Amino acid sequence: MVQKRSEKNMQISLAHGSGGNATRELINEIFQKHFSNEILNQMEDSAVLTVPTGKIAFTTDSFVVQPLFFKGGDIGKLAVCGTVNDLLMQGAVPKYLPAGFILEEGLLLDDLNKIVISMKEAATQANVQIVTGDTKVVEGHGGIYINTSGLGFIEDSVYISSKSVKPGDAVIVSGNLGNHHACILSHRMKIENNIYSDCAPLTDMVRNLIAGGIKIRSMRDITRGGLATVLNEIADSCGHHINLIDTQIPVDREVQAFSDILGLDPLYMGNEGKFTVIVDGSDADRAIEILRKSKYGANAVIVGTVESCQSNGETNGESNDEINQTSGETNQAPGGINQASGGINQAPGGINQASGGTNQAPGVTLTTKLGGKRIIDILYGEGLPRIC
Amino acid sequence: MCLAVPGKVIETDGITAKVDFSGNILNVELSLVTAEIGDYVLVHAGVAIAVLAEDEALETINLYAEVEDCLK
Amino acid sequence: MITLQEMMDKLKYYNGEPVQFMEVCGTHTNSIFKHGIPGMLSKNIKLISGPGCPVCVTSGNYIDRAAEISMKENTVLYTFGDMIKVPGYNTSLSAAKAKGGRVEIMYSPFDVLNLAIANPSTTFVIAAVGFETTTPIYALLLDKMIKNDIHNIHFLTALKTIVPALEWICGSNPNIDGFIGPGHVSAILGYDIYKKACSKCSIPMAVAGFEAEEIIAAIYDLLIQSERKTSDVHNLYASVVTSKGNPKAISITDKYFQAESASWRGLGSIEGSGLFLRNEYSEYDEDSRSIGVDEKQDQGCLCGEVIIGKVTPDECPWFANECTPSTPHGPCMVSIEGTCGIWFRNGAKKICK
Repeated sequence: MVQKRSEKNMQISLAHGSGGNATRELINEIFQKHFSNEILNQMEDSAVLTVPTGKIAFTTDSFVVQPLFFKGGDIGKLAVCGTVNDLLMQGAVPKYLPAGFILEEGLLLDDLNKIVISMKEAATQANVQIVTGDTKVVEGHGGIYINTSGLGFIEDSVYISSKSVKPGDAVIVSGNLGNHHACILSHRMKIENNIYSDCAPLTDMVRNLIAGGIKIRSMRDITRGGLATVLNEIADSCGHHINLIDTQIPVDREVQAFSDILGLDPLYMGNEGKFTVIVDGSDADRAIEILRKSKYGANAVIVGTVESCQSNGETNGESNDEINQTSGETNQAPGGINQASGGINQAPGGINQASGGTNQAPGVTLTTKLGGKRIIDILYGEGLPRIC
Repeated sequence: MCLAVPGKVIETDGITAKVDFSGNILNVELSLVTAEIGDYVLVHAGVAIAVLAEDEALETINLYAEVEDCLK
Repeated sequence: MITLQEMMDKLKYYNGEPVQFMEVCGTHTNSIFKHGIPGMLSKNIKLISGPGCPVCVTSGNYIDRAAEISMKENTVLYTFGDMIKVPGYNTSLSAAKAKGGRVEIMYSPFDVLNLAIANPSTTFVIAAVGFETTTPIYALLLDKMIKNDIHNIHFLTALKTIVPALEWICGSNPNIDGFIGPGHVSAILGYDIYKKACSKCSIPMAVAGFEAEEIIAAIYDLLIQSERKTSDVHNLYASVVTSKGNPKAISITDKYFQAESASWRGLGSIEGSGLFLRNEYSEYDEDSRSIGVDEKQDQGCLCGEVIIGKVTPDECPWFANECTPSTPHGPCMVSIEGTCGIWFRNGAKKICK
């Protein structure tokens, strides 16, 4: 009986969410103890912040990952880095995070303590404060779900938007792709390897790019759906075409092998400490230099370029005739974009015959090792391991 | 129809094996092939279906010779 | 010796009689698009996809039955990830799971073995789908089960064999000038086994690996054979494929399975094209034979014609408008190796705008 009681003391119970003494103890002994800062310690219903005039970036994200602890991080670290990174992607200086917790009965207090410490460490590294929070307890089996929102301040001179992406811009990724996704799947499928999540704040890289005066058009962190999905969204937003070079896409050998085993593609796999930045073509080399000297940016590389949707003057006339012939329903409208959609996509000849020189619709392509061209669409489905 | 990848046998009792795929270690059924530690095997759905010569696993060297040979 | 560049040039600038080559295996279809190969070929060389997507050719009745099984008490259905979202005629495995059915994904059928040992009062049913690369794996599992006296794993089979399908295809589609032979099925069967069918159909075959160079080499070989009007079987995957294949795999398959007619979704019944558990092992069979031939068709769905190369996905009126990966009408769109899904994910969706 004594043992059962102490086991119970080691776990979250509904009492912890009641607002009474157990709640108070939980807040004091875990949340406030580790997150402690002047604003939080006021312990009012709201945090009162002093903010400068000008643009504020505001974001929210929720974290539900299983398992809670994995190589390279845990749900807590993710919850801070994920939101910090979303703010950084707008060019903001992240400052304040609230954190909401939904705890299931049965969650070990020890685990909660580790998660909160991890959040504090990540917050310190990212130079942000967790200034307010909330906790609810529900029935369940020991799970935890965390929501963090984030507030950051954007300097007047900074304007980041995928709408400003132009032909000639360079597409850069900050490092090797797919590690987080591979790490989580490895845990779930009990595959033994040394793949770590890349969960990290992108602060150093982003601040250094901005301070270095790099003409940044767009920044996006490469989370769910992978680089392919993110770049498709950017292409849709700016109305231009992005072409990637296969041999430039950086992937750890171990992650590539893991992906091959399960039939996955690193272009579609999520990361938690990588971003893609599109910069003015003339700034590409300098941007790489800055990233490679920044924390977590050692493997930064140019992976592609932004291209015009209009014909680039190298149209293969023969190809276009074939395209028009085979489809029978080709859009005959003049103009680059309409013709491009009809040309590439309606005919089997279009898919087979379109090469780098023909009209291109907004989207993403990849030049393969042998010089072939592959169209890269967004992620469909869930990226489940396949066998066939 | 047949997603299969090559890996290196690092431990075996002849029936099952630990196979290393560039750092990913999987338990693999080995009884459909004859392979020893150090051999490269082609693995499909957790089962080794063929043994590869080491150099053939790592390079595509003989491909063009095969083409010429077939078409002569 | 011929170089890769010479082969690529030949394929890019080929100006002879139009030819159509069929890649039999769904993994080849994926690789072909992944390496951007269609764009590297002359307009006179067309690649069409064959029926080597096991999930695409699995009957709709089978999926409905598997979904039903997943709802039974003390039963868990294990499947490869490919099959989860494929629509049967009434339902899908993912829909069954959402309604409380127990459906789990396996990387290997052997994942199920330890679970079965640890949970003796649960019946584990494996959705045993595949071609000859995968069948020996089920055979090996059954072998291990028998040796270890394990009785709570059953197989719901929809196993197919490729050679009867090839013969059937060349009988139904006269416009095939060559086969890109399946690399890993051939690792099991060897390549001699195709000679009779290729000779009968007068169609050459080049057994290929999955790298870009290997597929280029195979297409080159078929083009030359086509020019020479030969119908030989050439092995261009010698690192893995031999003339007689893997004798242990062939023998263990034969021990537990026998060839019978099987139902191919969209095509009907093909004689001798299926493998079923031999009668003496019927206690491990989840009544697979009773699934029978699909009589329903997916109304309007042209998947059955796509998989024999008679129609390309974009020639289907539903392609990329009514039928998309999120709202599939047939298996070719939603299966990961389904031709329509591969075409769609490689950019054809812009048709619908």
